[in-house]
Amino acid sequence: MASIQDIQNDIIEEFDMFEDWMEKYEHIIELGKTIPLIDAQYKTEEHIIKGCQSQVWLHADFQNGNVIYTADSDAIMTKGIIALLVRTFSNQQPNNIVNANTNFIDQIGLKEQLSPTRANGLLSMVKQMKLYALAFQSKNTNAC
Amino acid sequence: MLNIANIRAQFPALDQEVHGHPLVYLDNGATTQKPQVVIDAIQQYYAEQNSNIHRGVHYLSQLATDAYEASRTCIQKHLNAKHTYEIIFTRGITEAINLVAHGFRSLLNIGDEVIISAIEHHSNIVPWQMACDATGAKLQIIPMDENGALKMDAFHALLSEKTKMVAINHISNALGTINPIKEMIDAAHRVGAAILIDGAQAGPHLSIDVQELDADFYCISGHKMYGPTGIGALYGKEVWLNKIPPYQGGGEMIATVSFEKTTYADLPHKFEAGTPNIAGGVAFKAAIDWLNETGLENIAQYESKLLQYATEKLSEIHDFRLIGNAPQKAGVISFLINELHPYDIGMILDKLGIAVRTGHHCAQPVMDALCIPGTVRASLAIYNTKNDIDRLVEGVKKAKAMLS
Repeated sequence: MASIQDIQNDIIEEFDMFEDWMEKYEHIIELGKTIPLIDAQYKTEEHIIKGCQSQVWLHADFQNGNVIYTADSDAIMTKGIIALLVRTFSNQQPNNIVNANTNFIDQIGLKEQLSPTRANGLLSMVKQMKLYALAFQSKNTNAC
Repeated sequence: MLNIANIRAQFPALDQEVHGHPLVYLDNGATTQKPQVVIDAIQQYYAEQNSNIHRGVHYLSQLATDAYEASRTCIQKHLNAKHTYEIIFTRGITEAINLVAHGFRSLLNIGDEVIISAIEHHSNIVPWQMACDATGAKLQIIPMDENGALKMDAFHALLSEKTKMVAINHISNALGTINPIKEMIDAAHRVGAAILIDGAQAGPHLSIDVQELDADFYCISGHKMYGPTGIGALYGKEVWLNKIPPYQGGGEMIATVSFEKTTYADLPHKFEAGTPNIAGGVAFKAAIDWLNETGLENIAQYESKLLQYATEKLSEIHDFRLIGNAPQKAGVISFLINELHPYDIGMILDKLGIAVRTGHHCAQPVMDALCIPGTVRASLAIYNTKNDIDRLVEGVKKAKAMLS
C-alpha cells in the first residue's frame, strides 16, 4: 500500500495537468462519483460533520490495523473533495493518519478556491478523520 | 426614467473583475454595495468631525452631535414617525429586535402568546424564543402555503386576548414574499397586541409610513439600504418605548447614577447606552438621502420589472424550480435546478464572477417546511441590469451542464 505522502504526491501531479478551474472542478465532480459510500445505517445526525454548509456524513471502521473511511454528501463538489481525503487516508494505520500533514490541499489549489466557509468545512473533515484515527490508535494501544 | 448606467457609476465596488470576469453582484439581500456619497460621508466624518457626541461642550463634539442627530431626524421623516425620539439607533435589525424582545420580558407572563411566522429570519425567531423561555409565554407560528405566502386564515385564528406580540417581516429574505402587514397590524391591534415589523428587505425597496401603517415597532438596517454596516434603526411608538425597560446599561442612557439608584434618561437615549456608531449614523443619512433622491417609487418600479425579467429568463432553463411564488413579491428570486445542491451551483457561479447567496438564508424553518436543503438566491438592487440577469442565466446553464 502506498504511503500517505505518495498518494498526496500523486494527487498533486494529477491536479497539475489541469489548465483552468473548470477542468479542475470537473475532475472533482468525477471524483465524487468514486467515493466509498457510507452505509445507510450510519447516515445519521451523529455522523454529520459540523462546519460544512452542505451535509457531510463520515464513518470509520478499523480492519487489520488500518482505518477504512466511508462518507457521503448531498453536494457533488463536497463529495469530490471528501473522495480525495478518503483516498489519502483510507487503508492507512492510525498513527500515520494522525501525524500526516495535509499541505496537498493547498498545493492543488483547493483551499484558496473554496469559499472561507467551505474551506473551514474542509478542515473540519480532516479534523474528524484524524479524530477517528486517534480513537482507533488509543483503543489499539490499550488492547496491547 | 432612471439612468441605471449613471447609478452604477456611483458604486465603486461594482467596477471590478472577479476571477477574470466583470463582477455581477446579486447578493443584495445580504448587503448592498455603497454609493460614493456614503463612502465620502464616512471619510468626511472621520476627517473633519470626529468627536464623541452628546457630552462635549467643545466645537467638534457639537458638530458630531448635530450630524448624528440630523440622521435621526432624517430617519424620522423617512419613516414618517411622529417624533424624532421614537427613532432608536441600533447596530442593525438583530439588535433592534433583541431590544424589543428583551423589553417584552417585563410584559409577558405565563399563558401569554407571541406570534411569529414560518418565513422569518432567525433574528426574528430566536429573540422571541428566548423571551418566551424566560417568561413562560408561548410562541405561535403562522404557517405558509406552498408558494411561500402566509396563511392569513391561520393567522386570524391564532390571534386572541392571549396574544401580546406579533413579530413578522415586511418582506421575506428567503423567498421575497411581501406580507400584508397593514391587515396584520390592524388585526393584532383588535386583540390588543403590539406588532413589530422587520423591515430589513423592505427598507431598500419600498417607502414606509409608520403612522399610516400604525406599526408599533418597525426596524430598518443601514447596510441593506446602501448605507454602512453596524447601524440600523428601531422605530417604536412613544407609548411602547415608555412601557419597556432599557436593554443595556451604561453611559448616555442615564439621568442620574448613584450606588443606591439610577434613573434613566428620556427617549431615545434610554435605549442608547455607550458611544454609538457615530460615523455609521452620519453615513446612514447620506444613504437615505441618496435613496430619496433616486426615488423609492422609481426604484420599486424598475426592480419589479427586472424581477419579472429574471423570473421569465430563469424559468426557460429546463428543470428550473422557483422557490417562493407568492402573488406579492419583491427583490428576491430563490431557486433550485432539479436536485442539484445550491452550494454546487453557487461555487461555479462564483468562478464566473457572479455573486449569489446559497444555503438556508438564516431561515432554516422555511427550508425544512419545503423539504429542501436551501436555495440559490439572487437578490436585486437598483444598480442591477438585464445584462446581470443574462450573465446569471448563462452561469446557471453552465453550472447545470457541469454538475448534471
